Amino acid sequence: MNPQDSTATREYLKPPVTEVGVIGWVRQNLFNSLFNSILTLLALYGLYMTVPPLFKWAFVDSLWFSNAEACRDIEGACWSIIPENARFIFFGFFPEDQQWRSFTAMILLFSLVFYTQSRRNWNRALFPIWTCGLVVMGWLMHGGLGLPVVETSKWSGLPLTLMLSLFGMVGAYPLGILLALGRRSKLPAIKSLCVIYIELIRGVPLISMLFMSSIMFPLFLPEGINIDKVLRAQVAIILFTAAYIAEVVRGGLQAIPKGQYEAADSLGLNYSQAMRKVILPQALKIVIPPTVGILISAFKDTSLVVIIALYDVLKTTKVTLSNPQWMGFSSEAYLSLALLYFIFCYAMSSYSRKLEKALHTGH
Amino acid sequence: MTDKTIQHPPSTTGRPIIEVIGMHKWYGDFHVLADINLKVQEKERIVICGPSGSGKSTLIRCINRLEEHQRGQIIVDGIELTNDIKNIEKVRAEVGMVFQHFNLFPHLTIIENLALGPIWVRKTPKKKAEETAMMYLEKVKIAEQAKKYPGQLSGGQQQRVAIARSLCMSPRVMLFDEPTSALDPEMIKEVLDVMIDLAEEGMTMLVVSHEMGFAKRVADRVLFMDEGQIVEENNPHDFFDNPQHERTRLFLSQIL
Amino acid sequence: MPSAVPFWRDPAKRAIVFQIVALLLVFGIAYILFSNTQANLQRQSIATGFGFLQNESGFEIGESVIEYSSADTYGRALLAGALNTLKVSFIGIILTTILGVFIGIARLSRNWLVSRLSAVFIEVMQNIPVLLQLFFWYAIFYEAFPSPRQALNPLPGLFLCNRGLIMAVPESHAAHLPMIMAFLAALALWWGLARWAKRRLDLTGLSFPVVRVGLGLSLLLPALVWLAYGSPIALDVPSLQGFNFTGGISVTPEFSALLLGLVFYTSAFVAEIVRAGIQAVTRGQVEAAMSIGLRPGQVLQHVVMPQALRVIIPPLTSQMLNLTKNSSLAIAIGFADFVSVANTTINQTGQAIEGVALIMAVYLCFSLSTSVFMNWYNKRMALVER
Repeated sequence: MNPQDSTATREYLKPPVTEVGVIGWVRQNLFNSLFNSILTLLALYGLYMTVPPLFKWAFVDSLWFSNAEACRDIEGACWSIIPENARFIFFGFFPEDQQWRSFTAMILLFSLVFYTQSRRNWNRALFPIWTCGLVVMGWLMHGGLGLPVVETSKWSGLPLTLMLSLFGMVGAYPLGILLALGRRSKLPAIKSLCVIYIELIRGVPLISMLFMSSIMFPLFLPEGINIDKVLRAQVAIILFTAAYIAEVVRGGLQAIPKGQYEAADSLGLNYSQAMRKVILPQALKIVIPPTVGILISAFKDTSLVVIIALYDVLKTTKVTLSNPQWMGFSSEAYLSLALLYFIFCYAMSSYSRKLEKALHTGH
Repeated sequence: MTDKTIQHPPSTTGRPIIEVIGMHKWYGDFHVLADINLKVQEKERIVICGPSGSGKSTLIRCINRLEEHQRGQIIVDGIELTNDIKNIEKVRAEVGMVFQHFNLFPHLTIIENLALGPIWVRKTPKKKAEETAMMYLEKVKIAEQAKKYPGQLSGGQQQRVAIARSLCMSPRVMLFDEPTSALDPEMIKEVLDVMIDLAEEGMTMLVVSHEMGFAKRVADRVLFMDEGQIVEENNPHDFFDNPQHERTRLFLSQIL
Repeated sequence: MPSAVPFWRDPAKRAIVFQIVALLLVFGIAYILFSNTQANLQRQSIATGFGFLQNESGFEIGESVIEYSSADTYGRALLAGALNTLKVSFIGIILTTILGVFIGIARLSRNWLVSRLSAVFIEVMQNIPVLLQLFFWYAIFYEAFPSPRQALNPLPGLFLCNRGLIMAVPESHAAHLPMIMAFLAALALWWGLARWAKRRLDLTGLSFPVVRVGLGLSLLLPALVWLAYGSPIALDVPSLQGFNFTGGISVTPEFSALLLGLVFYTSAFVAEIVRAGIQAVTRGQVEAAMSIGLRPGQVLQHVVMPQALRVIIPPLTSQMLNLTKNSSLAIAIGFADFVSVANTTINQTGQAIEGVALIMAVYLCFSLSTSVFMNWYNKRMALVER
């Protein structure tokens, strides 16, 4: 029994040295039991066997800015395949002298995204800003009004990937919201139509939708009317993504307490007003994280247009590899492309996680 | 078990059932418990109170090794608590714990919750375990809920079940970590009544709580902790009527 | 007397009118599309209907579970494709579950190195498109592995080359069927043993090492049968004949690349699901279990896993479905799955509508059965609450 004198300040001792600092951390995190010690040693051994040879291949013996013949003489990686073919990989068949337009459109897109990710900019001005931005991007890519026209069939490479994902989301979002509202409707006809659509689309692979777009859509149209392949693929992506957004938004709508619906009704708001002013703003905010997840998936899924012979950045890379000069350097090409996708997707998913934390405390 | 002597004094002879000697604990660099010394005799009832962050929950969680101490000794029923897993398991079978948030297993019925320990730790046959469970459920006056699931019970009912669950292991010491803090006011009494019954039957109890009425009625000793140290200990009468230290007085004035 | 509400303000009647309009719109559009399609098909002299399924296909399929040649019908070709899809999905799901669970648990390890390495795996594999991963593995096979004449031979009877993985298998023998029967009998015994052991545990509290004994039986009984037949060890060893191997079984690069890509990609998502499921069980549950004296293994078995599985299984079945849908990417690397075969069929017969409809129907079967299973599972496992 040891009551301390209340006026004496408490003695704050330092913890035992094996508990804190580097030694403490190593002990607790790497060697805190026999099993873990063995695991650590195994992991270190595995790393030792793989990392140095990989490093040697990728950085020590590699060439970065040479031509194809020089690459064949070395044992290391031939990263030169990317810089030497960069124009084609990134811009595809877009006319070379107009590629600055493609480039500018991408820069514009990145700036818009960067602007939007800061929550301070989430205000009424955001919608018109995006609309203007999209219009300008469309003008830059397509032409008209002073710029020579470039048909959509020539849009390729990274801009195509970005456009397909971006317009995919932009088109799918309102459609998805409508579908979600329709699915929750009490009107049996509307509900059934929406349920059938959503379950049908979610049950089939994207590739079947892309096939549909490239093979079947032409059959649906009257003779003589021809819609561009890129546009058809874009429609397929929009229809596909909308079903997934619908499910996510439906989850958000379900999460809104019944009291909100009742309060809106008792204020005399009709259905459309209640949805637009009260329910949807809350529901959409709740589901921002999974919505970003769908955007990330849409971005990855644009790579599937390879299969219907559209020249996104994956296809342009493949075409580069089929060039006899650069054949055989698949690993380097694919790894670089993987890095590109990884940077984009990882940035988006960390943003989503950050956002989720920020919104969680706010809601 | 049904012997109802009131307020029998704890034995002052014999080995204490819990001994804490010179115990220190750190969370990283933060010195959360400093030089704790405590001896608990069998059948003794101790109430620990103090402001939040004082380390009182941490202290009792060290006694059943839910937390580790870095310096000093903790000896429960003659077994010292170290990294030796066998000792830890022995101690945990002897020491029961009741949590602030009940922590009943939601996927098992009430009776399965109670029988889990005896079946898998004491290797009791299922039938006997369930008989013992029913007996304890009757003791806490909740036998009719035996086949229900925790999600179907109120907070007070769940906490009573939690107490019965710990009792099924026939512990020699019961630890209570703020057992009524998460309950609605009208349910606090039913839980405290069960704890009073337990005390009257002679269970050794360490209770972290703000329920001063309970302390006055049942405790043999009241401890006040602040900033990781035991500041004052006394019998309830002297503790509440004549607190010795400034900090104790300040605390009591805030809660009474 | 309450005045009659004019019908255009009556919500019930408005609802009916609205629905009729919507249905008219949808069916109207459908009709327009339908008549356009008919006109176009007629113009291009493309047949309709599923009669083509009985025509001779005229193309080969790279690998097939059933016997198939170019003289067989389109119907049989599609069946072979569907079986290939099932084969890669089935094996893929098993491997993904094993790898995903392992990495998910590793992610939660207290060992910093193990946990970080799993985190890196998860982040990298999730953020690279699955098609790119397929191309990568396929390219590795063709560029990194040598031709059959210089095949790698890491183990006797095992060859790695750009034609795939070729390995020796036991030659077909009369002993095999009885061995399989013995294995099944051992499994039945195991099940019976488990039931007896549970009854014994309930009555007496004594436990029995069911898993160890069961495992031993499933190895021992087939082994005894094998001995009884004179321990046949004849192997069908692959040998190099000309430019390729004959004998043994081969796992094609297409199949391997598809499997590897799908498994690595999906297991990253499964790992996250497993991690989330285990973390969903609150620390308080674990502490309560520990304070009644349960050992870590028992805590896991009786308290953590039952609760974690409830959270894990629904998204896990979604991922399994995703793997099956993603297997349709096989067409990009030349594996003859259903979509691949259907695509060839469409190209040859021109019957796009029937072809795409078949593809969608097959995958809808998969997803609807998965939905049904999930609904059943969720109902059965829902925690009972007020």
